[in-house]
Formats: sequence, structure tokens, C-alpha cells
Amino acid sequence: MSIEIKNLRKSFKDKVILNDISFKVDDGEVLAVVGLSGAGKSTVLKLICGLTKPDSGEIILSKGDIAMVFQYSALFDSLNVFENIAFALKERKEFKNKYSEAELKDIVAQKLKMVGLEGIEEKMPHELSGGMQKRVSFARAIVTNPTTILYDEPTAGLDPVSSTIIEDYIVRLKNELKATSIVVTHQLSTIKRCADKVIMLYNEKIVYNGTPYDMIHNGNEYTKQFVNAKIEGPMKVGTTEE
Amino acid sequence: MNSLHNLFKQSATYNLYRLLIKEVTDFFETLGEMGIRFLQVLKFILKGELHWKKIIDECSRFAWDSLPITLSIVGMSCIIIAMQISPEMVKQGGEKFVGTLMALIVTRELGAIMAGFAIISMIGSSYASEIATMRVTEQIDALKVLKVDPIKYLFVPKVAAGFIMMPIVVIIASLFGIVCGGIAAHLSAHVSKLNYISSVWQGLYVKDINVCILKSAFFGAAISLISSCCGYLAFGGAKGVGIATTKAVVWSFVAITIIDYLIALIFFF
Repeated sequence: MSIEIKNLRKSFKDKVILNDISFKVDDGEVLAVVGLSGAGKSTVLKLICGLTKPDSGEIILSKGDIAMVFQYSALFDSLNVFENIAFALKERKEFKNKYSEAELKDIVAQKLKMVGLEGIEEKMPHELSGGMQKRVSFARAIVTNPTTILYDEPTAGLDPVSSTIIEDYIVRLKNELKATSIVVTHQLSTIKRCADKVIMLYNEKIVYNGTPYDMIHNGNEYTKQFVNAKIEGPMKVGTTEE
Repeated sequence: MNSLHNLFKQSATYNLYRLLIKEVTDFFETLGEMGIRFLQVLKFILKGELHWKKIIDECSRFAWDSLPITLSIVGMSCIIIAMQISPEMVKQGGEKFVGTLMALIVTRELGAIMAGFAIISMIGSSYASEIATMRVTEQIDALKVLKVDPIKYLFVPKVAAGFIMMPIVVIIASLFGIVCGGIAAHLSAHVSKLNYISSVWQGLYVKDINVCILKSAFFGAAISLISSCCGYLAFGGAKGVGIATTKAVVWSFVAITIIDYLIALIFFF
């Protein structure tokens, strides 16, 4: 499933967050969206999955299902791991009554195995660590075999080892599901290991659109400031708050 | 001219004016939101798109959580009223009417309104904080991304549970209140049990009971809907959840008082 964004504009009250943004992600590609905090990265994801509407512009999605992995997992805290993962299959119109309880158990077990968490079906979200919650939210996202997966800062708040595990899953899901993915991240390791393309947002616009290699080695002044984590540079922290 | 304009913008009057405008805008926004959600809930109910398992869960939560506090509040209110009116009525020779008066007070007003207040504090606040927490932790966004309608999944079972269970809770609480009133009348003014029971029967009218059931059903649905809406409109973090919960309690209190007034106007005048 490809994603094409044309001349997108989004503002909240009087503050313009994105202005005339255009980019394309081809089938099976992973695009990393980077930028300073408040640059509108998460807004891009919310616009693509329909959680918020653009002021103007077009979002063209080819057929298929969209899934999203949220920054803080967003697991339903009143449901256990099994109920969280099976939720879409139980509640969505097109899946309702399609699977028996035994089939659901099999599907959930298979998805949990895919993210390396077996036998935790009965646990509640608050009994899991941050990394485990994130992996359960991966399992919940892929239960409907989506053709597009959106990741909102998937490694935020995780230790380096857990971050590597999550990055491995992004690569695995890309290879196994052949899903088109967009990853919002601040981590260079995520960009290097997972992304085919990178766009960088600053001050309502895309200031870089290219490959991760070029971004790190031959980028422009914006990417150089980002990659080298410098305070001095064209980007001013705190000027692009949402 | 410009400096005068700037001076006005910094003045307390201007800030007060802005605050007032914001409050009025917020009020109408919330009211509009509630109207829209009410129509959406009604649409799902009329189309028969009901999640029965969730409705049964919510019904048991509504009744089970609210019954102890409702019984306590209605029971205590009836005891206080009986303790105050019984000695006076016995002095005036009206012993035979103590039960009648208690039955009228409880079925027409006290049972439903006191139960309403108890349920707002117990159930309304819990609905609002639950949905507000789901909102600020992106769980509602997750529902939408999973293509499950949050109104159908969260609002409809709660509103249906309120509509179904509130009359049952009010009937149980009213009966309990009348019994408590009888005991208090007997202990404080030696009103005989037989006199009390027979006069209660004289004071119970089918119309009063029907109106009480209808009123309770509206109260239950209104409390559930308003609390869910206030939670749904929450934003920010812990402070947002707190504001949503307070708003749910205040709006529900006002709403049930208005509904009570309208029903009294329609059926008793």
C-alpha cells in the first residue's frame, strides 16, 4: 500500500503546524519522519490514519488496512493482553463472529510469538514493563495483517537494549508482512536500521527528503545540526511548539 | 490610540471580559457536544447495534457500585425527615398520615433525587474519569485506529445501563427509605407499625410510581451521557482528568435538577 501526501496543511487554532507538505512512500518502504519536538511529526501520522483532518491538501492511500503503534502503547488498561490483541477481531464489524474463541487464541498466540512474548495472555497491561507493553501493542497492531503500519516514537522511553529489540521487530514486520511503514523517531539508530527514506520537518516544512545514508553523511545544514545534536544551527528549539 | 488600545488589553476588565467569553464559549461547546453524542447514542440504540455483553457488565457495575451509597443516603434522609415530622404530626393528631406523607415524599421526590446525587458521585465521576483517562492516554485514538466506534463501544452501554438500572436502584432505595422512615417514626414518636404501613398504602399512587420510574430512567441516562461526554472532551494530563470529573459532577447535578423540574411541570401541574 503506497501513501502519497500532497500539499498538506494543518493548523491548531491560529498556529500552523504543517504547511504545503508533500511526500510519497512506496509499497513496502519504511519512511522515517524526524524533526525537533513539536515539529508536527505525530500530526503527520494522525492525519494519515484519520484521527485528525487536514485544513487542506490530499492524502492518497491505496487499498488496505492501517495500524498504528502509539508512543506510550495505548493498551486498553481494563483488558488483559489476550483481549487487547484480539480486540479488533472481536469488535470490528468485518471480523465480528468470524473467528471462534479457539481460533482467536491461536491467532493471539501466534502474534505474541512473533513479538517474542509467549504465555502472557492473561496478564494485565500494568503488569508488563514498558518494552513488553510496546511489543504487545505491536502484536495488537498486526493482528489484522495491515498493509500500512504507523509507528509513533516506538523506542521512546526505552533502554538501548529494548530499543534494539523494537527496531528488530520493525525490520521483521517490514520483511514478513511487506507492510508500508512510517516511523516517527528521534533515534539515529532507528533511522539507520529501519528506514529506506527520511524526511525532516522544521518550521511547518520538509527541510530534508532523502536516504538515511545521505542524511547522515551528506545532508544539509538542518540534518547536520540534528545528526550532531548541536544547539547552534538553523533550527531553534522551542520555536515550533504545537 | 495604539497605546490606549494596548493599555485596555492589559487591563483587568479586558481579562475578565476574555475569561467570560471563554467560559460562555466552553459552555455552549460542551452543550453542543452533548447534543451530538446524544443523537449518536440514540442512532445506535434505534438501529439495535447494541453490545449486550458490555451492557450487562455496565448494568452490574452501575447497580452494584451505587446501591450501598444510594441506600445509605436515601435511608438516612428518610430517617431525618421521619424524626422531624413524626412528633409534630402525632401532637397534631395526624399519626395516621405519617406513612402517607413519607410515601409521597419518597416516591415523588426524595427517592429519585437523592439516588441521583449518590449515583452522580459514585458512577458519574467514575465514568468521566475512566473515559478521560482513556482520552489522555490515547486509548480512544487506539479505538478509532482499530476502527471501533468509541461512541458505540463506550457511550451506548453506559447510557443503556443508566436507563435500565437507575429505576431499579431507585425502587429498592425508596422501599428501604420508607422502611427506615417507619422505624424512625416508631422510635421517635411511637407511631404504630400497623398505622404506618396502612397509611403508606394510602400514600402510594400508581401515577407517582410510574413517574418515579420514568424520572429515574431519564436521570440514569442523563448522568451516564453527561459523564461520558465530559470524559470524552478531556485533554491534557492528570489535570485534564480532574477537570473532566468535576465538570461531569456539576453538569449532572444541574441536568437532573432541570429534568426533575420539567417532569414535575408535565405530570403534576
